[in-house]
Amino acid sequence: MAKSSLDKKFDQIRKREEEKTFSTKKRSRIVSKFLNNRLAVIGLIIFTIIILASIFAPLLSPYDPMRVDLRSMRQPPSFAHWFGTDSTGRDVFTRVLFGGRVSIFIGLGSAILSAVVGIAVGCYAGYKGGWIDVIALRISEIFMSFPQIILVLLLVSITGQSLFNLMAIFILTGWGGMYRLARARMLSLREEEYVQALRSFGLSTFTICYKHMLPNALSPIMVNITLSTAMFILTEAGLSFLGLGVPLNIPTWGNILNVAQDILVLQNYWWMWGPVGIVISVFVLCVNFIGDGLRDSTDPSQQG
Amino acid sequence: MKKEILKLRDVKVHFPIQAGVFNRVVGHVLAVDGVDLDIFRGEVLGLAGESGCGKTTLGKAILRLVEPTGGEVKYISKNEEETEITSLEKKEMDPFRKKLQIVFQDPHSSLNPSFTIFGSLQDPLKKFGVKSKEERRKIIGDLLEAVNMRREYMDRYPHEFSGGQRQRIGIVRALCLEPELIVCDEAVSALDVSIQAQVLKLLMQLKKEKNLTYLFITHDLSVTEYLCDRIAVMYLGRIVELCDSEDLYQNTLHPYSEALISAIPVADLDKQTKRIVLEGDVPSPVNPPKGCPFHPRCPKAKDICKTDVPKLRKYSTNGKEHYASCHLIDLPEIT
Repeated sequence: MAKSSLDKKFDQIRKREEEKTFSTKKRSRIVSKFLNNRLAVIGLIIFTIIILASIFAPLLSPYDPMRVDLRSMRQPPSFAHWFGTDSTGRDVFTRVLFGGRVSIFIGLGSAILSAVVGIAVGCYAGYKGGWIDVIALRISEIFMSFPQIILVLLLVSITGQSLFNLMAIFILTGWGGMYRLARARMLSLREEEYVQALRSFGLSTFTICYKHMLPNALSPIMVNITLSTAMFILTEAGLSFLGLGVPLNIPTWGNILNVAQDILVLQNYWWMWGPVGIVISVFVLCVNFIGDGLRDSTDPSQQG
Repeated sequence: MKKEILKLRDVKVHFPIQAGVFNRVVGHVLAVDGVDLDIFRGEVLGLAGESGCGKTTLGKAILRLVEPTGGEVKYISKNEEETEITSLEKKEMDPFRKKLQIVFQDPHSSLNPSFTIFGSLQDPLKKFGVKSKEERRKIIGDLLEAVNMRREYMDRYPHEFSGGQRQRIGIVRALCLEPELIVCDEAVSALDVSIQAQVLKLLMQLKKEKNLTYLFITHDLSVTEYLCDRIAVMYLGRIVELCDSEDLYQNTLHPYSEALISAIPVADLDKQTKRIVLEGDVPSPVNPPKGCPFHPRCPKAKDICKTDVPKLRKYSTNGKEHYASCHLIDLPEIT
């Protein structure tokens, strides 16, 4: 009986298995799965480009983002000014580059920090349960029930406008959502038998909940981090417009976009708000793609 | 001479039922309600009963995965030191955690999907003093081979294994600290019949090699018959009959055990079996019936069963100890 091609394939696999050449592949399992996801890779590339461009802004643009040049007001895009200039003659391209620094820092930074706080509290409280859980839940509800704007107003009137106040507010109001997500996952995970097995060995609470359970709770949190990064960038834009966020002289994506509040600008000078709007959307989209890719690649039960 | 490894005295596990705005306790689920049981070194003790009768809770209470609300669990070491383990602090419990282990029912949720086999098994070893990584790999590798799996499988993820393989990995986990007693919580119920036989055979072989004691929790009496030295039958949180496994089938004393045994399917068409069909469901463990907990379903119940709770009394059948709790047994009680 002739060997079919399938049989041959299996023979090859077995041969490789016996020679133990399979094990070298293990290291890059998550990476290779991520790289197979085309959208995530495109997202990562654009994300990196935007971040690098923001970091190396002074090298990429000859202009000062703050310098007012009244002779070149409201110029449409040209070779000298790629995205044109705004109402006070500042180069929009330069401002988008420099604005990215602040906006990305606020968005990513607040999202990651609030996730860290939320996860740290949520994992422990969700696993332990009892009065710790009740107290943490109530505290998170209190923080979530405050409107962000009122909190910002309060803090700005006390300590003045600054970037770090804004971040503090974002973290204070943002950790509750992450906490609830982490807690909900832990509540269902702690009934799993592998957790009971770990408990039957008498391992410490920290090892069980942060090392063994957390990786299984991470995928929805990862997606949530990307979503809230986008949300924080947009909220920052809104608050900056009200004069409550980042001081107006510092360029951020939100501060730049806010010229579109003027109907005249909106109708006649598209380059002042168009490019920055696109950059914000593209960045947020990229972050979401990366989040999706991470979720799929870190989930070991999904093969790919 | 048989020596005990565990003595359970009046073990109770009651879960509070909370209701209302202020989480007032309005009642208790009496999952395990006063169990006395001795487990001897080197034996296989079967624990049988319907779903919801408290078998699993009792098994977990022994390991303190569920904290017992009352009673004592005493561990007797090889040189006959007795320790009451339910009142120990978390740290003090560690040496006994090593001796008592558990194999779970569901092979799909009993392994952590995010870690390789080695990754999820190495922490307990680390905790109990196996410092070097090579040594940990060797221990786990040896055990994998002991359950007829390849050494290399320790670097694979749980989703790469079949149900039977996972259950064997569950056994490896229970074995890795060289325990003395393993609670097998329906260890084969979730597997195919052919795989069941394979895993049971493996369990028996390991028992011989490593001098283990099993508490074998199951609802499948046909399995216990071949496996267990003694069988305890539970009903509604209590033990109703406890005896040698042969005696349970030949000299059944409790009407509930009779009903259970009559329900075992027999692979013989000519053989006529009398089915004792129990009516109704297991009563709620929240408010168990007064008197004998079995009386509302018992075909032989008399007036005394409705008022008095029968104690677990000692009788003798075939020259062996036989415990049962029923008012209607006419054998002489042994004191």
